[in-house]
Amino acid sequence: MTIDKSATDALIEEVLDVYPAKAKKDRTKHLASNDTEATKSCVTSNRKSLPGVMTARGCAYAGSKGVVWGPIKDMIHVSHGPVGCGQYSRAGRRNYYTGTTGVNAFGTMNFTSDFQERDIVFGGDKKLASIVDEIETLFPLAQGISIQSECPVGLIGDDIEAVAKTKGKEIGKTIVPVRCEGFRGVSQSLGHHIANDTVRDYVLEGAADKEQKREVGPYDVAIIGDYNIGGDAWSSRILLEQIGLNVVSQWSGDGTLPELENTPSVKLNLIHCYRSMNYISRHMEEKYGIPWMEYNLFGPTKCEESLRKIAAFFDETIQAKAEEVIAEYKKQWEPIVEKYKPRLQGKKVMLYVGGLRPRHVIGAYEDLGMEIVGTGYEFAHNDDYVKTATEVKDATLIYDDVTGFELEKFAEVIKPDLIGAGVKEKYIFQKMGIPFRQMHSWDYSGPYHGFDGFAIFARDMDMTLNNPCWDKLTAPWKKTEDEALAETA
Amino acid sequence: MPSVMIRKETETGNLTLYIAKKDLEETVTSIEFDSEDRWGGQFDLADGSSYYIDPLDAPPKLPITLRAKRA
Repeated sequence: MTIDKSATDALIEEVLDVYPAKAKKDRTKHLASNDTEATKSCVTSNRKSLPGVMTARGCAYAGSKGVVWGPIKDMIHVSHGPVGCGQYSRAGRRNYYTGTTGVNAFGTMNFTSDFQERDIVFGGDKKLASIVDEIETLFPLAQGISIQSECPVGLIGDDIEAVAKTKGKEIGKTIVPVRCEGFRGVSQSLGHHIANDTVRDYVLEGAADKEQKREVGPYDVAIIGDYNIGGDAWSSRILLEQIGLNVVSQWSGDGTLPELENTPSVKLNLIHCYRSMNYISRHMEEKYGIPWMEYNLFGPTKCEESLRKIAAFFDETIQAKAEEVIAEYKKQWEPIVEKYKPRLQGKKVMLYVGGLRPRHVIGAYEDLGMEIVGTGYEFAHNDDYVKTATEVKDATLIYDDVTGFELEKFAEVIKPDLIGAGVKEKYIFQKMGIPFRQMHSWDYSGPYHGFDGFAIFARDMDMTLNNPCWDKLTAPWKKTEDEALAETA
Repeated sequence: MPSVMIRKETETGNLTLYIAKKDLEETVTSIEFDSEDRWGGQFDLADGSSYYIDPLDAPPKLPITLRAKRA
Protein backbone atom coordinates (compact mmCIF):
# COMPACT_ATOMS: atom_id res chain seq x y z
CA MET A 1 0.00 0.00 0.00
CA THR A 2 1.32 3.43 -0.84
CA ILE A 3 0.37 6.04 1.67
CA ASP A 4 -0.41 9.55 0.56
CA LYS A 5 -0.84 12.63 2.64
CA SER A 6 -4.44 13.39 1.72
CA ALA A 7 -5.57 9.88 2.69
CA THR A 8 -3.84 10.14 6.07
CA ASP A 9 -5.32 13.57 6.71
CA ALA A 10 -8.77 12.33 5.73
CA LEU A 11 -8.39 9.44 8.14
CA ILE A 12 -7.49 11.78 11.00
CA GLU A 13 -10.46 13.99 10.14
CA GLU A 14 -12.80 10.99 10.05
CA VAL A 15 -11.65 9.60 13.38
CA LEU A 16 -11.82 12.95 15.17
CA ASP A 17 -15.30 13.66 13.93
CA VAL A 18 -17.01 12.10 16.95
CA TYR A 19 -15.38 14.44 19.46
CA PRO A 20 -17.00 17.65 20.72
CA ALA A 21 -15.64 20.72 18.91
CA LYS A 22 -13.23 21.77 21.65
CA ALA A 23 -11.77 18.31 22.13
CA LYS A 24 -11.47 17.87 18.39
CA LYS A 25 -9.55 21.12 18.06
CA ASP A 26 -7.17 20.02 20.79
CA ARG A 27 -6.62 16.51 19.47
CA THR A 28 -6.04 17.69 15.88
CA LYS A 29 -2.75 19.20 17.01
CA HIS A 30 -1.51 15.81 18.23
CA LEU A 31 -2.16 13.87 15.03
CA ALA A 32 -0.46 14.41 11.69
CA SER A 33 0.92 12.81 8.60
CA ASN A 34 4.69 12.67 8.49
CA ASP A 35 6.74 15.13 6.48
CA THR A 36 10.35 13.97 6.12
CA GLU A 37 11.48 17.43 5.01
CA ALA A 38 10.14 19.23 8.09
CA THR A 39 12.64 20.94 10.37
CA LYS A 40 10.18 21.27 13.22
CA SER A 41 7.94 18.79 14.96
CA CYS A 42 4.77 18.03 13.01
CA VAL A 43 2.66 17.44 16.13
CA THR A 44 2.18 19.14 19.47
CA SER A 45 3.47 17.03 22.33
CA ASN A 46 4.03 16.96 26.09
CA ARG A 47 0.63 18.44 26.85
CA LYS A 48 -1.95 17.44 29.42
CA SER A 49 -4.25 14.66 28.20
CA LEU A 50 -7.90 15.53 27.69
CA PRO A 51 -10.09 14.73 30.67
CA GLY A 52 -12.42 11.85 29.92
CA VAL A 53 -10.35 10.04 27.33
CA MET A 54 -8.39 6.86 27.92
CA THR A 55 -4.66 7.25 27.38
CA ALA A 56 -1.73 5.03 28.16
CA ARG A 57 0.32 7.50 30.16
CA GLY A 58 1.96 6.99 33.52
CA CYS A 59 2.73 9.42 36.33
CA ALA A 60 5.88 11.09 37.65
CA TYR A 61 6.28 8.33 40.25
CA ALA A 62 6.24 5.75 37.45
CA GLY A 63 8.94 7.71 35.66
CA SER A 64 11.17 7.93 38.69
CA LYS A 65 10.64 4.71 40.62
CA GLY A 66 9.71 2.50 37.67
CA VAL A 67 12.13 3.77 35.07
CA VAL A 68 15.16 5.64 36.32
CA TRP A 69 15.72 4.62 39.96
CA GLY A 70 14.04 1.22 40.13
CA PRO A 71 16.58 -0.79 38.12
CA ILE A 72 19.52 0.30 40.31
CA LYS A 73 19.85 -3.03 42.00
CA ASP A 74 21.96 -2.44 45.08
CA MET A 75 19.81 0.36 46.46
CA ILE A 76 16.50 0.02 48.25
CA HIS A 77 13.80 2.14 46.69
CA VAL A 78 11.13 2.91 49.26
CA SER A 79 7.72 3.74 47.79
CA HIS A 80 6.82 6.37 50.36
CA GLY A 81 3.05 6.54 50.71
CA PRO A 82 0.15 4.09 50.45
CA VAL A 83 0.95 0.54 49.48
CA GLY A 84 -0.67 0.31 46.04
CA CYS A 85 1.66 2.38 43.83
CA GLY A 86 4.62 0.18 44.67
CA GLN A 87 2.88 -3.16 44.80
CA TYR A 88 1.02 -2.90 41.50
CA SER A 89 4.13 -1.78 39.63
CA ARG A 90 6.45 -4.26 41.29
CA ALA A 91 8.75 -6.23 38.97
CA GLY A 92 6.52 -5.50 35.98
CA ARG A 93 9.23 -4.04 33.83
CA ARG A 94 11.54 -7.06 33.77
CA ASN A 95 14.77 -5.16 34.44
CA TYR A 96 17.06 -8.14 34.73
CA TYR A 97 19.98 -8.10 37.15
CA THR A 98 22.58 -10.38 38.65
CA GLY A 99 22.85 -10.79 42.40
CA THR A 100 20.97 -12.45 45.21
CA THR A 101 17.59 -10.83 45.70
CA GLY A 102 17.10 -9.74 49.28
CA VAL A 103 20.80 -9.95 50.11
CA ASN A 104 22.77 -7.67 47.80
CA ALA A 105 20.21 -6.92 45.09
CA PHE A 106 16.68 -5.66 45.58
CA GLY A 107 15.29 -5.11 42.09
CA THR A 108 12.12 -7.19 42.21
CA MET A 109 11.24 -6.48 45.84
CA ASN A 110 8.71 -3.92 46.96
CA PHE A 111 9.50 -1.64 49.89
CA THR A 112 6.79 0.69 51.06
CA SER A 113 5.96 2.85 54.05
CA ASP A 114 2.30 1.72 53.75
CA PHE A 115 0.66 5.03 54.75
CA GLN A 116 -2.38 4.76 57.00
CA GLU A 117 -4.83 7.47 58.01
CA ARG A 118 -2.74 8.48 61.03
CA ASP A 119 0.32 9.03 58.81
CA ILE A 120 -1.69 11.42 56.66
CA VAL A 121 -2.98 13.25 59.76
CA PHE A 122 0.22 13.36 61.82
CA GLY A 123 2.81 13.16 59.02
CA GLY A 124 4.96 10.23 57.95
CA ASP A 125 8.45 11.49 58.76
CA LYS A 126 8.85 9.45 61.96
CA LYS A 127 7.72 6.36 60.12
CA LEU A 128 10.22 7.04 57.37
CA ALA A 129 13.03 7.35 59.90
CA SER A 130 12.11 4.03 61.47
CA ILE A 131 11.95 2.43 58.01
CA VAL A 132 15.52 3.52 57.35
CA ASP A 133 16.61 1.86 60.62
CA GLU A 134 14.68 -1.26 59.77
CA ILE A 135 16.27 -1.48 56.32
CA GLU A 136 19.71 -1.02 57.83
CA THR A 137 19.07 -3.93 60.23
CA LEU A 138 17.46 -6.31 57.75
CA PHE A 139 19.46 -5.52 54.62
CA PRO A 140 22.92 -4.37 55.68
CA LEU A 141 24.36 -4.90 52.18
CA ALA A 142 22.14 -2.26 50.58
CA GLN A 143 24.43 0.49 49.30
CA GLY A 144 21.87 3.24 49.64
CA ILE A 145 18.21 4.14 49.87
CA SER A 146 16.01 6.24 47.65
CA ILE A 147 12.72 7.66 48.88
CA GLN A 148 10.18 7.72 46.06
CA SER A 149 7.32 10.02 47.07
CA GLU A 150 3.78 9.09 46.22
CA CYS A 151 1.03 11.72 45.90
CA PRO A 152 0.01 12.05 49.62
CA VAL A 153 3.57 12.90 50.71
CA GLY A 154 3.49 16.04 48.57
CA LEU A 155 -0.05 16.90 49.60
CA ILE A 156 0.62 16.82 53.34
CA GLY A 157 4.06 18.42 52.94
CA ASP A 158 6.33 15.93 54.68
CA ASP A 159 9.96 17.00 54.87
CA ILE A 160 11.59 13.89 53.42
CA GLU A 161 14.77 15.83 52.59
CA ALA A 162 15.40 16.48 56.30
CA VAL A 163 14.84 12.82 57.21
CA ALA A 164 17.16 11.75 54.37
CA LYS A 165 19.85 14.12 55.56
CA THR A 166 19.85 13.18 59.24
CA LYS A 167 19.40 9.45 58.71
CA GLY A 168 21.98 9.42 55.91
CA LYS A 169 24.57 10.87 58.29
CA GLU A 170 23.56 8.39 60.97
CA ILE A 171 23.93 5.24 58.87
CA GLY A 172 26.69 6.63 56.62
CA LYS A 173 24.95 5.77 53.35
CA THR A 174 23.50 7.71 50.45
CA ILE A 175 19.82 8.45 51.00
CA VAL A 176 18.11 10.16 48.09
CA PRO A 177 14.78 11.92 48.64
CA VAL A 178 12.91 12.06 45.32
CA ARG A 179 9.99 14.46 45.00
CA CYS A 180 8.28 12.47 42.26
CA GLU A 181 4.68 12.73 43.45
CA GLY A 182 2.37 11.40 40.78
CA PHE A 183 0.45 14.61 40.27
CA ARG A 184 3.51 16.46 38.98
CA GLY A 185 3.67 17.06 35.25
CA VAL A 186 1.55 15.63 32.47
CA SER A 187 3.15 12.20 32.16
CA GLN A 188 6.01 10.03 33.41
CA SER A 189 8.37 12.31 31.51
CA LEU A 190 8.63 14.80 34.36
CA GLY A 191 9.39 11.90 36.69
CA HIS A 192 12.43 11.07 34.56
CA HIS A 193 13.54 14.69 34.82
CA ILE A 194 13.07 14.83 38.60
CA ALA A 195 14.91 11.51 39.02
CA ASN A 196 17.79 12.73 36.87
CA ASP A 197 18.04 15.88 38.94
CA THR A 198 18.23 13.87 42.15
CA VAL A 199 20.95 11.66 40.67
CA ARG A 200 22.83 14.87 39.90
CA ASP A 201 22.31 16.43 43.33
CA TYR A 202 22.67 13.42 45.62
CA VAL A 203 24.79 10.87 43.75
CA LEU A 204 27.19 12.77 41.50
CA GLU A 205 27.57 15.71 43.90
CA GLY A 206 27.89 13.36 46.85
CA ALA A 207 30.53 11.28 45.06
CA ALA A 208 32.65 14.36 44.43
CA ASP A 209 33.93 14.20 48.04
CA LYS A 210 34.61 10.47 47.88
CA GLU A 211 38.02 9.28 46.77
CA GLN A 212 38.12 7.94 43.21
CA LYS A 213 39.55 4.44 43.36
CA ARG A 214 38.95 3.49 39.75
CA GLU A 215 41.79 3.22 37.26
CA VAL A 216 40.87 5.49 34.37
CA GLY A 217 41.49 4.17 30.85
CA PRO A 218 41.28 5.73 27.40
CA TYR A 219 38.32 3.62 26.26
CA ASP A 220 35.99 4.06 29.24
CA VAL A 221 32.35 4.52 28.32
CA ALA A 222 29.03 4.45 30.16
CA ILE A 223 25.81 2.95 28.87
CA ILE A 224 23.07 5.42 29.78
CA GLY A 225 19.32 4.87 29.52
CA ASP A 226 19.40 1.15 28.90
CA TYR A 227 17.12 -0.52 31.43
CA ASN A 228 18.15 -4.09 30.71
CA ILE A 229 14.65 -5.20 29.79
CA GLY A 230 14.88 -8.92 29.25
CA GLY A 231 18.69 -8.53 29.27
CA ASP A 232 18.95 -5.76 26.66
CA ALA A 233 21.85 -3.97 28.29
CA TRP A 234 23.86 -7.18 28.43
CA SER A 235 23.49 -7.85 24.72
CA SER A 236 24.52 -4.24 24.05
CA ARG A 237 27.42 -4.35 26.46
CA ILE A 238 28.85 -7.46 24.82
CA LEU A 239 29.14 -5.60 21.49
CA LEU A 240 30.78 -2.56 23.04
CA GLU A 241 33.29 -4.75 24.86
CA GLN A 242 34.05 -6.69 21.72
CA ILE A 243 34.99 -3.53 19.86
CA GLY A 244 37.45 -2.81 22.66
CA LEU A 245 35.59 -0.36 24.87
CA ASN A 246 35.51 -0.60 28.63
CA VAL A 247 31.97 -0.28 29.93
CA VAL A 248 32.34 1.37 33.32
CA SER A 249 28.70 1.69 34.24
CA GLN A 250 25.21 0.78 33.22
CA TRP A 251 22.48 3.35 33.84
CA SER A 252 20.38 2.03 35.20
CA GLY A 253 19.54 -1.56 34.16
CA ASP A 254 21.65 -3.95 36.26
CA GLY A 255 23.39 -0.82 37.57
CA THR A 256 24.80 -0.10 41.01
CA LEU A 257 25.36 3.02 43.05
CA PRO A 258 29.18 2.85 42.76
CA GLU A 259 28.78 2.59 38.97
CA LEU A 260 26.81 5.81 38.92
CA GLU A 261 29.41 7.48 41.10
CA ASN A 262 32.19 6.39 38.73
CA THR A 263 30.55 7.78 35.61
CA PRO A 264 32.01 11.32 35.73
CA SER A 265 35.42 9.83 34.84
CA VAL A 266 34.38 8.16 31.56
CA LYS A 267 35.38 9.40 28.11
CA LEU A 268 32.01 9.09 26.41
CA ASN A 269 28.41 8.65 27.52
CA LEU A 270 26.39 6.41 25.22
CA ILE A 271 22.71 7.23 25.43
CA HIS A 272 20.09 4.73 24.52
CA CYS A 273 16.89 6.20 25.90
CA TYR A 274 17.29 9.88 25.15
CA ARG A 275 13.94 10.87 26.62
CA SER A 276 14.60 9.61 30.13
CA MET A 277 18.33 10.26 30.56
CA ASN A 278 19.29 13.25 28.39
CA TYR A 279 19.09 15.49 31.47
CA ILE A 280 21.95 13.86 33.31
CA SER A 281 23.99 13.62 30.11
CA ARG A 282 23.60 17.35 29.54
CA HIS A 283 24.72 17.97 33.10
CA MET A 284 27.77 15.72 32.75
CA GLU A 285 28.70 17.37 29.45
CA GLU A 286 28.59 20.83 30.98
CA LYS A 287 30.17 20.01 34.31
CA TYR A 288 32.69 17.26 33.51
CA GLY A 289 33.10 17.82 29.76
CA ILE A 290 31.95 14.31 28.83
CA PRO A 291 30.51 14.21 25.31
CA TRP A 292 27.47 12.07 24.69
CA MET A 293 26.10 10.24 21.74
CA GLU A 294 22.79 8.58 20.97
CA TYR A 295 22.96 5.08 19.57
CA ASN A 296 20.53 2.46 18.35
CA LEU A 297 21.11 -1.28 18.57
CA PHE A 298 17.85 -2.56 17.09
CA GLY A 299 18.40 -4.58 13.92
CA PRO A 300 21.65 -5.25 12.05
CA THR A 301 21.54 -2.12 9.85
CA LYS A 302 21.26 0.21 12.84
CA CYS A 303 23.71 -1.88 14.89
CA GLU A 304 26.38 -1.55 12.22
CA GLU A 305 25.67 2.14 11.81
CA SER A 306 25.85 2.74 15.56
CA LEU A 307 28.99 0.67 16.12
CA ARG A 308 30.76 2.62 13.36
CA LYS A 309 29.54 5.89 14.81
CA ILE A 310 30.75 4.98 18.30
CA ALA A 311 34.09 3.69 16.96
CA ALA A 312 34.63 6.89 14.97
CA PHE A 313 34.82 8.72 18.28
CA PHE A 314 37.86 6.65 19.31
CA ASP A 315 41.17 5.78 17.61
CA GLU A 316 41.97 3.40 14.75
CA THR A 317 42.40 0.27 16.88
CA ILE A 318 38.78 0.55 17.98
CA GLN A 319 37.63 1.32 14.45
CA ALA A 320 39.46 -1.72 13.08
CA LYS A 321 37.99 -3.92 15.81
CA ALA A 322 34.52 -2.58 15.09
CA GLU A 323 34.85 -3.61 11.45
CA GLU A 324 36.02 -7.06 12.57
CA VAL A 325 33.07 -7.43 14.89
CA ILE A 326 30.63 -6.26 12.21
CA ALA A 327 32.06 -8.75 9.71
CA GLU A 328 31.93 -11.55 12.28
CA TYR A 329 28.29 -10.94 13.17
CA LYS A 330 27.30 -10.66 9.51
CA LYS A 331 27.64 -14.43 9.35
CA GLN A 332 25.24 -14.68 12.26
CA TRP A 333 22.48 -12.31 11.14
CA GLU A 334 22.38 -12.95 7.39
CA PRO A 335 20.87 -16.43 7.75
CA ILE A 336 18.26 -14.96 10.12
CA VAL A 337 17.15 -12.36 7.61
CA GLU A 338 17.19 -15.06 4.92
CA LYS A 339 14.95 -17.28 7.01
CA TYR A 340 12.40 -14.74 8.28
CA LYS A 341 12.29 -12.10 5.55
CA PRO A 342 10.22 -14.21 3.11
CA ARG A 343 7.73 -14.88 5.91
CA LEU A 344 7.42 -11.24 6.99
CA GLN A 345 8.07 -9.26 3.80
CA GLY A 346 5.66 -6.42 3.14
CA LYS A 347 3.74 -6.73 6.42
CA LYS A 348 2.47 -3.47 7.87
CA VAL A 349 3.23 -2.49 11.45
CA MET A 350 1.68 0.10 13.73
CA LEU A 351 3.59 1.16 16.81
CA TYR A 352 2.53 3.03 19.91
CA VAL A 353 5.07 2.91 22.67
CA GLY A 354 7.06 5.29 24.85
CA GLY A 355 10.60 6.54 25.20
CA LEU A 356 12.75 5.68 22.23
CA ARG A 357 11.07 2.68 20.64
CA PRO A 358 8.63 4.34 18.23
CA ARG A 359 11.65 5.42 16.20
CA HIS A 360 14.42 3.03 17.24
CA VAL A 361 12.78 -0.29 16.41
CA ILE A 362 11.82 0.84 12.90
CA GLY A 363 15.23 -0.23 11.56
CA ALA A 364 14.77 -3.75 12.89
CA TYR A 365 11.36 -4.10 11.21
CA GLU A 366 12.72 -2.75 7.95
CA ASP A 367 15.58 -5.24 8.04
CA LEU A 368 12.90 -7.93 7.97
CA GLY A 369 11.17 -6.27 5.02
CA MET A 370 8.29 -4.90 7.08
CA GLU A 371 6.79 -1.46 6.75
CA ILE A 372 5.82 1.06 9.44
CA VAL A 373 2.39 2.57 8.72
CA GLY A 374 1.89 4.47 11.95
CA THR A 375 3.94 5.39 14.97
CA GLY A 376 3.56 7.50 18.07
CA TYR A 377 4.78 8.17 21.56
CA GLU A 378 3.00 8.24 24.89
CA PHE A 379 5.06 11.00 26.45
CA ALA A 380 7.55 12.35 23.90
CA HIS A 381 8.63 15.94 23.46
CA ASN A 382 9.05 17.92 20.25
CA ASP A 383 12.65 16.77 19.68
CA ASP A 384 11.56 13.13 19.61
CA TYR A 385 9.14 13.85 16.79
CA VAL A 386 11.78 15.79 14.86
CA LYS A 387 14.03 12.74 15.10
CA THR A 388 11.20 10.40 14.09
CA ALA A 389 10.38 12.37 10.94
CA THR A 390 13.48 11.14 9.14
CA GLU A 391 12.99 7.52 10.21
CA VAL A 392 9.56 6.91 8.70
CA LYS A 393 8.23 7.43 5.21
CA ASP A 394 6.40 10.53 4.06
CA ALA A 395 2.70 10.70 4.97
CA THR A 396 2.98 7.98 7.64
CA LEU A 397 0.45 8.52 10.39
CA ILE A 398 2.00 10.08 13.50
CA TYR A 399 0.03 10.22 16.74
CA ASP A 400 0.97 11.76 20.07
CA ASP A 401 -0.59 10.58 23.35
CA VAL A 402 -3.21 8.74 21.30
CA THR A 403 -6.47 7.82 23.02
CA GLY A 404 -7.83 4.30 23.14
CA PHE A 405 -10.64 5.25 20.80
CA GLU A 406 -8.40 6.85 18.19
CA LEU A 407 -5.92 3.98 18.13
CA GLU A 408 -8.68 1.43 17.63
CA LYS A 409 -10.22 3.45 14.82
CA PHE A 410 -6.87 3.90 13.13
CA ALA A 411 -6.25 0.17 13.32
CA GLU A 412 -9.69 -0.55 11.85
CA VAL A 413 -9.04 1.62 8.82
CA ILE A 414 -5.34 1.03 8.24
CA LYS A 415 -5.65 -2.72 8.91
CA PRO A 416 -2.05 -3.31 9.98
CA ASP A 417 -0.67 -6.85 10.06
CA LEU A 418 0.95 -6.27 13.43
CA ILE A 419 0.57 -3.80 16.26
CA GLY A 420 3.26 -3.12 18.83
CA ALA A 421 2.03 -1.28 21.92
CA GLY A 422 1.51 -1.83 25.64
CA VAL A 423 -0.36 -4.40 27.67
CA LYS A 424 -3.41 -2.14 27.96
CA GLU A 425 -3.85 -2.35 24.19
CA LYS A 426 -2.83 -5.96 23.82
CA TYR A 427 -6.06 -7.83 24.44
CA ILE A 428 -8.25 -5.30 22.63
CA PHE A 429 -6.35 -5.77 19.40
CA GLN A 430 -5.98 -9.50 19.78
CA LYS A 431 -9.76 -9.73 20.13
CA MET A 432 -10.06 -7.61 17.00
CA GLY A 433 -8.02 -10.33 15.30
CA ILE A 434 -4.86 -8.31 14.82
CA PRO A 435 -1.53 -9.92 15.78
CA PHE A 436 0.00 -7.97 18.65
CA ARG A 437 3.34 -7.66 20.41
CA GLN A 438 3.66 -5.93 23.75
CA MET A 439 6.66 -3.73 22.97
CA HIS A 440 7.25 -2.22 26.43
CA SER A 441 8.93 -5.25 27.89
CA TRP A 442 9.11 -7.36 24.73
CA ASP A 443 6.05 -9.47 25.57
CA TYR A 444 7.95 -11.43 28.22
CA SER A 445 10.69 -12.24 25.71
CA GLY A 446 13.95 -10.46 24.84
CA PRO A 447 16.59 -9.22 24.70
CA TYR A 448 16.06 -7.38 21.41
CA HIS A 449 19.22 -5.25 21.41
CA GLY A 450 22.30 -6.11 19.40
CA PHE A 451 22.85 -8.85 16.85
CA ASP A 452 22.00 -11.55 19.38
CA GLY A 453 18.77 -9.80 20.23
CA PHE A 454 17.81 -9.42 16.58
CA ALA A 455 17.57 -13.21 16.25
CA ILE A 456 15.04 -13.26 19.07
CA PHE A 457 13.20 -10.26 17.66
CA ALA A 458 12.83 -11.89 14.23
CA ARG A 459 11.65 -15.15 15.76
CA ASP A 460 9.10 -13.36 17.97
CA MET A 461 7.65 -11.32 15.12
CA ASP A 462 7.32 -14.43 12.94
CA MET A 463 5.83 -16.42 15.81
CA THR A 464 3.17 -13.74 16.36
CA LEU A 465 2.35 -12.84 12.78
CA ASN A 466 2.30 -16.32 11.29
CA ASN A 467 0.58 -17.94 14.23
CA PRO A 468 -2.11 -20.35 12.96
CA CYS A 469 -4.59 -18.97 15.49
CA TRP A 470 -5.35 -15.92 13.33
CA ASP A 471 -7.19 -18.14 10.79
CA LYS A 472 -9.36 -19.62 13.52
CA LEU A 473 -11.18 -16.46 14.50
CA THR A 474 -14.39 -17.43 12.71
CA ALA A 475 -16.12 -20.57 13.97
CA PRO A 476 -16.11 -23.35 11.34
CA TRP A 477 -19.93 -23.37 11.04
CA LYS A 478 -20.00 -19.61 10.55
CA LYS A 479 -17.57 -19.62 7.68
CA THR A 480 -18.95 -18.81 4.23
CA GLU A 481 -18.54 -21.43 1.53
CA ASP A 482 -15.73 -19.60 -0.20
CA GLU A 483 -13.63 -19.53 2.95
CA ALA A 484 -14.23 -23.20 3.62
CA LEU A 485 -13.33 -24.04 0.04
CA ALA A 486 -10.20 -21.96 0.15
CA GLU A 487 -9.09 -23.82 3.25
CA THR A 488 -9.49 -27.28 1.75
CA ALA A 489 -7.89 -26.25 -1.53
CA MET B 1 14.04 34.47 33.42
CA PRO B 2 14.43 30.77 32.69
CA SER B 3 17.78 29.02 32.65
CA VAL B 4 18.61 27.75 29.21
CA MET B 5 21.38 25.48 28.03
CA ILE B 6 23.02 26.15 24.69
CA ARG B 7 24.76 23.23 23.09
CA LYS B 8 26.36 22.27 19.80
CA GLU B 9 25.00 19.01 18.38
CA THR B 10 27.85 16.53 17.96
CA GLU B 11 26.54 15.09 14.71
CA THR B 12 24.92 17.96 12.87
CA GLY B 13 26.86 20.87 14.34
CA ASN B 14 23.57 22.70 14.89
CA LEU B 15 23.17 24.97 17.87
CA THR B 16 20.32 23.92 20.16
CA LEU B 17 18.67 25.73 23.00
CA TYR B 18 17.22 23.72 25.86
CA ILE B 19 14.79 25.27 28.31
CA ALA B 20 14.91 23.08 31.41
CA LYS B 21 11.74 24.46 32.96
CA LYS B 22 9.63 23.72 29.89
CA ASP B 23 11.64 20.61 29.03
CA LEU B 24 11.85 21.96 25.51
CA GLU B 25 14.67 21.48 23.06
CA GLU B 26 14.79 23.49 19.85
CA THR B 27 17.28 24.23 17.10
CA VAL B 28 18.58 27.78 17.00
CA THR B 29 17.98 29.36 13.60
CA SER B 30 19.79 32.64 14.16
CA ILE B 31 21.86 34.48 16.76
CA GLU B 32 21.97 38.24 16.88
CA PHE B 33 25.68 38.56 17.77
CA ASP B 34 28.03 35.76 16.79
CA SER B 35 31.51 37.19 16.47
CA GLU B 36 34.84 36.97 18.29
CA ASP B 37 34.19 39.94 20.56
CA ARG B 38 30.44 39.71 21.08
CA TRP B 39 28.17 36.70 21.46
CA GLY B 40 24.54 36.48 22.44
CA GLY B 41 21.55 38.76 21.98
CA GLN B 42 18.41 37.41 20.43
CA PHE B 43 18.16 33.68 19.68
CA ASP B 44 15.49 32.66 17.17
CA LEU B 45 14.26 29.09 17.46
CA ALA B 46 12.88 26.67 14.89
CA ASP B 47 9.43 26.67 16.50
CA GLY B 48 9.10 30.43 15.97
CA SER B 49 9.79 31.62 19.51
CA SER B 50 12.82 33.67 20.48
CA TYR B 51 14.85 34.32 23.62
CA TYR B 52 17.22 37.09 24.62
CA ILE B 53 20.51 36.42 26.37
CA ASP B 54 22.73 39.31 27.53
CA PRO B 55 25.65 39.41 25.08
CA LEU B 56 28.96 38.00 26.28
CA ASP B 57 32.39 39.46 25.45
CA ALA B 58 33.58 36.29 23.72
CA PRO B 59 31.99 33.09 22.39
CA PRO B 60 31.75 30.73 25.40
CA LYS B 61 32.78 27.11 25.62
CA LEU B 62 29.66 25.06 24.90
CA PRO B 63 27.53 23.67 26.43
CA ILE B 64 26.75 26.54 28.74
CA THR B 65 23.79 27.37 30.99
CA LEU B 66 22.70 31.01 30.94
CA ARG B 67 19.77 33.12 32.01
CA ALA B 68 17.47 34.07 29.19
CA LYS B 69 14.53 36.41 28.73
CA ARG B 70 11.66 35.84 26.40
CA ALA B 71 12.26 38.22 23.50
